[in-house]
Amino acid sequence: MSKRLVVIGDGMVGRRFLEAVTQRDPSWDVTVLCEEPRPAYDRVRLSAFFDGVSAEELSLASDLPGVEVRLGEPAVAVDRDAKAVRSESGEYPYDKLVFATGSYAFVPPMEGADLDGVFVYRTIEDLESIKAHAEGRRHGVVIGGGLLGLEAANALKLLGLETQIVEFAPWLMARQLDEAGGGILKQHIEKLGIKVDCGTGGSRIEAVDGRLRMETNRDGVAFDTDLIVFAAGVRPRDQLARDCGIEVGERGGILTDLSCQTSDPDVYAIGEVAAMEGMCYGLVAPGYSMAEVVADRLAGGEATFPGADMSTKLKLLGVDVAQFGAFDGPLATTYLDPVNGTYAKLVLSDDATTLLGGMLVGNAEPYPLLRASVGGKVPGALADLLSGGEVDAALPEGAQVCSCNAVTKGEIMGAIHEGCHDVAELKACTKAGTSCGSCIPMLKQLLTEGGVEVSKAVCEHFAQSRAELFDIVKVTGITTFSELIARYGAGVGCDLCKPTVASILASLSNGHILEGEQAALQDTNDHFLANLQRNGTYSVVPRIPGGEITPEKLIVIGEVAKEFDLYTKITGGQRIDMFGARVEDLPKIWRKLVDAGFESGHAYGKALRTVKSCVGTDWCRYGVQDSVKMAIDLELRYRGLRSPHKLKSAVSGCARECAEARGKDFGVIATEHGWNLYVGGNGGFTPRHADLLLSDVDTETLVRTIDRFLMFYISTADRLQRTSKWVEGLEGGIDYLREVIVDDRLGICAELDALMEKHVENYADEWKGVIDDPEKLQRFVSFVNAPETPDPSIEFETVRGQKFPAGTTARSHAAPVALGIPVTLRSEGK
Amino acid sequence: MTEPRFESICDFDLLIPGRGAAALLGDGTQVAVFRLHDDSLYAVSNRDPFMRANVISRGIVGDRGGEPVVTSPLLKQAFSLKSGVCLDDETVALEVFAVEVVDGAVRVGAVSEVKAGA
Ligand code: SRM
Ligand SMILES: Cc1cc2nc3c(=O)[nH]c(=O)nc-3n(C[C@H](O)[C@H](O)[C@H](O)COP(=O)(O)OP(=O)(O)OC[C@H]3O[C@@H](n4cnc5c(N)ncnc54)[C@H](O)[C@@H]3O)c2cc1C
Ligand code: SF4
Ligand code: FES
Repeated sequence: MSKRLVVIGDGMVGRRFLEAVTQRDPSWDVTVLCEEPRPAYDRVRLSAFFDGVSAEELSLASDLPGVEVRLGEPAVAVDRDAKAVRSESGEYPYDKLVFATGSYAFVPPMEGADLDGVFVYRTIEDLESIKAHAEGRRHGVVIGGGLLGLEAANALKLLGLETQIVEFAPWLMARQLDEAGGGILKQHIEKLGIKVDCGTGGSRIEAVDGRLRMETNRDGVAFDTDLIVFAAGVRPRDQLARDCGIEVGERGGILTDLSCQTSDPDVYAIGEVAAMEGMCYGLVAPGYSMAEVVADRLAGGEATFPGADMSTKLKLLGVDVAQFGAFDGPLATTYLDPVNGTYAKLVLSDDATTLLGGMLVGNAEPYPLLRASVGGKVPGALADLLSGGEVDAALPEGAQVCSCNAVTKGEIMGAIHEGCHDVAELKACTKAGTSCGSCIPMLKQLLTEGGVEVSKAVCEHFAQSRAELFDIVKVTGITTFSELIARYGAGVGCDLCKPTVASILASLSNGHILEGEQAALQDTNDHFLANLQRNGTYSVVPRIPGGEITPEKLIVIGEVAKEFDLYTKITGGQRIDMFGARVEDLPKIWRKLVDAGFESGHAYGKALRTVKSCVGTDWCRYGVQDSVKMAIDLELRYRGLRSPHKLKSAVSGCARECAEARGKDFGVIATEHGWNLYVGGNGGFTPRHADLLLSDVDTETLVRTIDRFLMFYISTADRLQRTSKWVEGLEGGIDYLREVIVDDRLGICAELDALMEKHVENYADEWKGVIDDPEKLQRFVSFVNAPETPDPSIEFETVRGQKFPAGTTARSHAAPVALGIPVTLRSEGK
Repeated sequence: MTEPRFESICDFDLLIPGRGAAALLGDGTQVAVFRLHDDSLYAVSNRDPFMRANVISRGIVGDRGGEPVVTSPLLKQAFSLKSGVCLDDETVALEVFAVEVVDGAVRVGAVSEVKAGA
């Protein structure tokens, strides 16, 4: 006869347990009593429900062999003598019983807490009721300023309510943060328009004229609102266990030992309802560990709970918050930057050598390193660690790098030595990085530390680097991808090699990028000559050379934007971006723009973007050269030039540098005697000031040197390598570069000059090439079978008087991140 | 299982080899149809399950280890054209539709339970 297993509760942990038990020992005959009307779903991501994620998408359920789930049928009693669980409609005998009943939201005893409009935040049904009630209403209060309260506040904000948080503790997230950290967090939250009152507790709720009024413990402070959400903590659902005489912990929860066994050897408790040696864990990862432990035990194993690392890192309403290791200790050192809204605290041993724990608010970048170093040596200079500066540190072998999956540095280095060469392979063989992902930057660092040379091969189809492919195409004169892959590659290609080859073909002036076979190689942006936006619409950026534009042209842009109902914005590149264009409108929009003398701005391509200018001698009292004319000339010369990554430039009229030329791939600054040329600058992700290549040169030398610089870069850089990284990677650096492109040490300058000449000669506006070509125009439709029909799923709303993708106001700032706790199990004696 | 009810989409020649096109079915479903270089055809749901925009047809097609794939143009996850499964996150998949060519016209199985080849 098969063994009977009954599980009470189909929540996150119950579900993980069912998966584990059916995998390890399929001989159990399992019945699950599930109180909720639907099987298990991802409660951690519950808030995503307000972001348009459906209940189905949150579901964690799948059909498991030998498991019967009884939906909407709560257990009402357990008869331990008869070894059976009872519901309203049936009785289920068991050999082994598992409690996975989770928690309920705690509502402090308060008059009026049962009124209409008062909610908790735990289930999909709770969220549905909140949503229904919020409809057409204005204001909401969240009681509780912990993790859950902040999530609930975000949800109310998403629903368009003015939101007020009321927290009894003196600061936010008092369990994870100290006063200073809570203060910085509050500063961030208030900036988002959410009001926060700490040190305040609700005392009474009453209904007044169809609204609610909550009085507080503070004299005269009361809130008039439409809706109140309690997020003031959770309590284990241990009543059923109490009723049948199973022991419970002092502070509630079903008491278990490290094997999750309760005071009845045939009964286990897992997840939030378990009081493991008296301690309840309100997070999912320790629950998952418990699920694995019991599954192992039922299969005859001897697993025990490995302990939980309660370290937390999350992004709440767009704010990084992390806490790791000890909360307090013999010595603590802090760093507070109220201007940038960051706070860091490190807890140290009394000799300041061992890291015991800490917290970070506003910038959690050092979190992986710090968390992995808890219990070991402080991994760097305190000042750098605290201020979030560059830290150059080697971790001890035993440090836990991935705490979700309990993987140490030693194990990762072992895997690297056995042949793991990238993050994907490390994930597959060690499981590190597969849960919350916060350790992935660390994995990359360890790959470098392990001496893994990042392969320069473009992808699995080409063993060559981009520079090698460029040479092949140039030397052989191949003009199609199919010939190149047939002769020099393997397979049919992918989203890495196709656009790379498309860009090389374009750099070498092979005609319109949508001509013939080339069309199929282009990234979607290039394919539609516009930038794809999150909702499937596109943005339109006409070129405005040097940022100079006539009033007539400005009016045309305004008229086009009005006619096609486009959102307009001045970009950081001294031009105008129009967003929200439907794919079938793009040719009509460009017809008008081209007729008015505009050209493509190549905002969509890896190509020259803008050459920014300052006003220079024309107007400015300091200007020493005509920076505007120079910027326009350079922009027109290099427009349409395709390159390994985008190219940006700027020209300033004097050393005051108003055009920020030194932050550009090539930047020009006027001098009394001519021009200074700087190369290899970058804003963006890793800002870098450009290096001085030439000083005080005349215009002709300037332009010739830029020609060569660009063509040398295009010929030899890697895929998606900006000039800054390329210059840094040149052996011999800027001096070598000068030898090659100024002194012609390699004898290639004539060829570089010829390549650029060819580009300048062959340039033609890409958009004009499309609107005059009926065959290319055919592709600008949403549907092949209904060319006139716009995509009906695209919707807009109005914000600040302009149109935005629907859901903009509601889009979540909070991405709940699974918390970093080990879920692997360490079995004894195995 | 329901017999697929096929809907004609367009002439086969209208599809560019190595590129996709979107089609709107009678019931409002959006399907992304791909013609590969060897003239094989695949059809999957046009909706990017990560960003929930109907843009899959605009992705680049290719192969990963021999499996024909399309990469979403938004966040670049690769999806198998055969099974619809996302190779970067196997818990997510695109719906797969039956697709055939009859007398030069591309037809897509309009019943969504229909799996390619089934
Ligand atoms: C529109 C604009 C923001 C704005 O409203 O001001 C913008 C918007 C985008 N930027 Fe930018 N960047 C814009 C100026 C900048 C600047 C400032 C500048 O150019 O002076 C920078 C820093 C300077 C630099 O690049 O060195 C900048 C650094 C980036 C980066 C990071 C590059 C890096 O090397 O780290 C990316 C990401 C990338 O390219 O991989 C990026 C990528 C993007 C993308 C293409 C992201 C995307 O793929 O969707 C955005 C597309 C906009 C669209 O759909 O039209 N954008 N971006 C600016 C357009 C300027 C223009 O007229 O062309
Ligand atoms: C909004 C929100 C955000 C969260 N964010 C995070 C986060 O970022 N990270 C994190 O680690 N954790 C987070 N948590 C906590 C996490 O969701 C829980 O730790 C986890 O769900 C616990 O799993 P469980 O199976 O023990 O309990 P639950 O998931 O609550 O499941 C218990 C189930 O048992 C059912 N049940 C109870 N009594 C009975 C009965 N008598 N008969 C039948 N069924 C019964 C309940 O209806 C419920 O479905 C969050 C929780 C919420 C509400
Ligand atoms: S860079 Fe010099 S010339 Fe140009 S605007 Fe600034 S101060 Fe004037
Ligand atoms: S996945 Fe490694 S720490 Fe979360």
